[in-house]
Amino acid sequence: MSVPYAKLPRWADYGLIPFINLLVAFIVAGLVVLLVGENPFRAAAILIEGAFGGGQNIAYTLYYATNFIFTGLAVAVAFHCGLFNIGGEGQAYIAGLGVAMVGLTFDTVLPWWLNFPLAILGAALVGALWALIPAYLQAKRGSHIVITTIMFNFIAASIMVYMLVDVLKPLTSMAPQTRTFQPGAQLPKLNWMLEAVGFSVRSGPLNVSFLLALVMAFLVWLLIWRTKLGYEIRTMGFSPKAARYAGIKEARIIVITMMISGALAGMMALNPIMGDQHRVQLDFVTGAGFVGIAVALMGRSHPAGIVPAAILFGMLYQGGAELAFEMPNISRDMIVIIQGLVILFAGALEHMFRPWVQTVFASLSPQTVGMAKEQGV
Amino acid sequence: MADAAIELVGISKSFGPVKANRDIHLEVRRGTIHGIIGENGAGKSTLMSILYGFYQADSGEIRVGGKPVPIRTPNDAIALGIGMVHQHFMLVENFTVLENIILGAEGEALLGRSIAKARSELARLEREYGLEVDPDALIEDLPVGLQQRVEILKALYRGADILILDEPTGVLTPSEADHLFRILNQLKDQGKTVVLITHKLREIMAITDTVSVMRQGTIVATRETSETTVEELAELMVGRRVLLRVEKEPARAGAIKLEVKNLTVKDGRGVTMVDDVSFIVQAGEIVGIAGVAGNGQSELIEAIAGIRRAEFGTVVLDDKPIDVTGRADPAELRERGLAHVPEDRHHVGLVLAFAENENSILGYHYESLYLKGPFLNIDAIVADAEDKIEKYDIRPPNARLRTANFSGGNQQKIVLAREMEQDPGVLIVGQPTRGVDVGAIEFIHKRLIAMRDAGKAVLLISVELDEIRSLSDRILVMFDGRVVGERGPEATEGELGLLMAGVEAKEAAE
Amino acid sequence: MEVFNVLLQLLDATIRVSVPLLLACLAGLYSERSGIFDIGLEGKMLGGAFAGGAAAAVTGSAWLGLGAAVAVAVGLALVHGFASITHRGNQIVSGVAINFIAAGSTIILGQAWFRQGGRTPSLSGAGRFEAITLPGAEAARDIPVIGVIYAELISGHSILVYFAFLMVPFTWWVLFRTRFGLRLRAVGENPAAVDTAGISVAWLRYRAVICTGVLTGLAGAYLSVAQNAGFVKDMTAGKGFIALAALIFAKWKPVPAMFACLLFGFLEAASIRFQGQAWPMIGKVPVQFMQALPYVLTVVLLAGFIGKAIPPRAGGVPYVKER
Repeated sequence: MSVPYAKLPRWADYGLIPFINLLVAFIVAGLVVLLVGENPFRAAAILIEGAFGGGQNIAYTLYYATNFIFTGLAVAVAFHCGLFNIGGEGQAYIAGLGVAMVGLTFDTVLPWWLNFPLAILGAALVGALWALIPAYLQAKRGSHIVITTIMFNFIAASIMVYMLVDVLKPLTSMAPQTRTFQPGAQLPKLNWMLEAVGFSVRSGPLNVSFLLALVMAFLVWLLIWRTKLGYEIRTMGFSPKAARYAGIKEARIIVITMMISGALAGMMALNPIMGDQHRVQLDFVTGAGFVGIAVALMGRSHPAGIVPAAILFGMLYQGGAELAFEMPNISRDMIVIIQGLVILFAGALEHMFRPWVQTVFASLSPQTVGMAKEQGV
Repeated sequence: MADAAIELVGISKSFGPVKANRDIHLEVRRGTIHGIIGENGAGKSTLMSILYGFYQADSGEIRVGGKPVPIRTPNDAIALGIGMVHQHFMLVENFTVLENIILGAEGEALLGRSIAKARSELARLEREYGLEVDPDALIEDLPVGLQQRVEILKALYRGADILILDEPTGVLTPSEADHLFRILNQLKDQGKTVVLITHKLREIMAITDTVSVMRQGTIVATRETSETTVEELAELMVGRRVLLRVEKEPARAGAIKLEVKNLTVKDGRGVTMVDDVSFIVQAGEIVGIAGVAGNGQSELIEAIAGIRRAEFGTVVLDDKPIDVTGRADPAELRERGLAHVPEDRHHVGLVLAFAENENSILGYHYESLYLKGPFLNIDAIVADAEDKIEKYDIRPPNARLRTANFSGGNQQKIVLAREMEQDPGVLIVGQPTRGVDVGAIEFIHKRLIAMRDAGKAVLLISVELDEIRSLSDRILVMFDGRVVGERGPEATEGELGLLMAGVEAKEAAE
Repeated sequence: MEVFNVLLQLLDATIRVSVPLLLACLAGLYSERSGIFDIGLEGKMLGGAFAGGAAAAVTGSAWLGLGAAVAVAVGLALVHGFASITHRGNQIVSGVAINFIAAGSTIILGQAWFRQGGRTPSLSGAGRFEAITLPGAEAARDIPVIGVIYAELISGHSILVYFAFLMVPFTWWVLFRTRFGLRLRAVGENPAAVDTAGISVAWLRYRAVICTGVLTGLAGAYLSVAQNAGFVKDMTAGKGFIALAALIFAKWKPVPAMFACLLFGFLEAASIRFQGQAWPMIGKVPVQFMQALPYVLTVVLLAGFIGKAIPPRAGGVPYVKER
């Protein structure tokens, strides 16, 4: 039995401690900025200005956030089942094929509002199938899903390079990418939304995928906390033995959860492909699958935490691009460091500051901090 | 002769708000076997872990050979000649016996010479104490009794003069236990001091010279074993005489609800745990299965409840077979009216991180009452949970509280309420009062009798013989995977104890 | 003779590309055998490669570069240890974090310090580990087959190559013939047994992750100071994960680890050597197929279709004293 954690008020558990973790991650990032000879406060100011300074900037911030909402939800759903899906990157990448199939086939035939649902299905299906194999191997053969999903990221990357270079590339083109989709497979932008509240947007990539991401966030909340399936997923995640006792089929739940997770990751492909670039390019995922891990950890696997966490990372991505202009010593790769630090402090070291917070609370008001009930031996 | 090997003076230890040990005073004389007896959770293991340096006492003093000594780590204890045989063996399963014995006592940085030295030292110990074991065998290939022997050898190899054994017979067959006792007597004859922790009175009476009784973290009495009786010790252990007989009418057994025929179950390692067991349970009776822990009772009920695959045999529920060797499904069994209160409520019967109301539907979460299409009907679930909270007096009465924040007794009531309120035809109950406070025990016992009187078939598994005797209408005794006897509720403790020890089984075999 | 020469070149290339895999794989072996899963091999290797390239460029000494590489990789390993041993955090999460921190900071710092687009300045002379010609290699060149193999294949590598292959028997010896090895294997299987034997579980595991740090540092230094003449951004390019795959493939044993790394190295070397070449019967094999093969093989192994990879029993589980 571990040392019992003193019980903290809910707001401290879900607000204060994550905030401290995040703060420490950013302080360390600030030290890195200092190390390369720049002023971290100025950097932060430029970053925030770059992310929210105008309609254009906000459009980009939310565009990136869209990616991270999808991948963050994907990681979170798997977390609830006690699974670590580190393969969101590969699932999103390969799902590009699903989008391509729809886009290349129907872009001159159907309007966007018919192609969009088809592409959602295509992306979700391909992403789900890519997650199915590791899930099946975990459920039936006990293969560690962390390792298999990592391997599947690399396999997906190889397949996509092959597909884009040797199969999908138009003969006349040099670049490893598909042909550009016709307007029928281009998603409408959402810039009017920002303009409606008084911002001016010249050209932003923000598109209806963002709304889809918000809908998905709501549906994930509904799934996890309000459905029978979600109940079974959570039971499985907390205690596989209890799940077995309750008549929940372990293999079935693992496979279903991972397919949902893969489908969510897969939907991320819609945003850059149909919403912005209108073609499938090499490396269009650009690490969003991995950012999803940081987003899910920061958002404590709850959609209400994931959406703001995704927007924060969207802000870092967009603001980081601006920052690179202003401060030549800092490139967008600063975000990768911050992402790593957030994963470290909000994930692996999430309890580091807890004893300290407990001491503070206990000294402030000893009677309100009851000790957690010790379990029997 | 009468000098003290160990003295504990005023030892106290708390884990958060739980006082595991309170102002313990204990003196163990050199060259004796000293028993420490108490119920589960009385603080015996904590006390010994402090002596072995695994935990630090909050206050108090340890004296070894008359001198106060600081014991901060197991190393300090080992250096003082204290060795410990843990309840769960501290062995590396894929290491050989020799590798396990030298682990932590290698002597030098290279293994070659220390292995050779250990080999010859082991041969000497084998001769001296009759502790034969193949030094090159892998631990995972050895039976439990031999693994325990390796633990004892480990302690002796480190030069232990004082040997602490924590519930050593829990996992042993009676003949293995007898062998262990012979070894302990031999150790005593060689001048070693033995501290034996157990909750079994029989062992205390059989082997110890002195016995200390622990209750709720304190030592309530120390007696010379020759000057005390089982009755006195039992009373000291429990504090007050808990009612052993629940008031009940004779059973009016009805139709056969559950029939088990030739059931055989193996564990993960392929060892036969349940061996050709057959019995019936009728409506309106409680059938109790008595036995020392680890004789196949757990595997038996898990197989019947569909959460462990059986090798062979049939189980019939209400005239329809359960596919126990194939795809028996706990969900389907619940639908057919078989409820199951599992032995391990922390990991099986409950999800401690869930709110109370979420646990109140575990296993029944697919019932239309709790659902609206694919969605949970939260209002109905909470209302239902609050209803059960009231009926079963679950405290605190808050269906939205995390289950981990309820006490053991209330957690058990959550499980019982869930299973009993489904109005099942057959109820399987494992260790219904383990780790449960006295007040809740009475409540739970009355509920079980009420189930019986309502015409349900109840199958009860418990390692508490008193519980079995006071509740059951028929008692089956399991030993080494078999049912070795059936008795009525009037059977004496001695008679059942002999059966549980496998005495008649052995005689029958001869 | 043509075939022989091609084969020789191929094997020579195999050795070169296997070395970083081998060092990283053995690095992972120490950590995982002690019960600490490490998917952060990639990040530590990358950090080491950058530190090695940077320090060698600044000081002009390959050896100082090596020292810096080891220091940085050990530092990252200690972060992993701090999270997963001291704070009992999730080891997978911690490993992922280290990969990102290394990936980002090597580029940021490289750009800030050297301004060559994430590269470190090109190394030459004493700044680099040069190939060593083994005694008699020149003379042996004239002896057919054996002499040529000696001269071409065995001789002519940098000192880190020889070190990497010597680490294989050395690691075996440490694991199975020393007190440290015995305890290391024990703590990965049953830490409680180690604890009750009076040995500190945490200190033992810290030593294991330090070993991991040292070897990943060497792997990184090999990339930037021996195989190449400087650090290029993201130069590990997934090698840490292939090493992890090789470790699983080798079932956490040192000698099989070497063969697994050689196999995966061979696949890489072959995919470069035969790029775009058509084969009889099969036709052109896409280079991506060869690149993906190590990962596919590992998944097949994990699935238990060819043997079963059983990790150390206590792997990935933080040690908590039971009461």
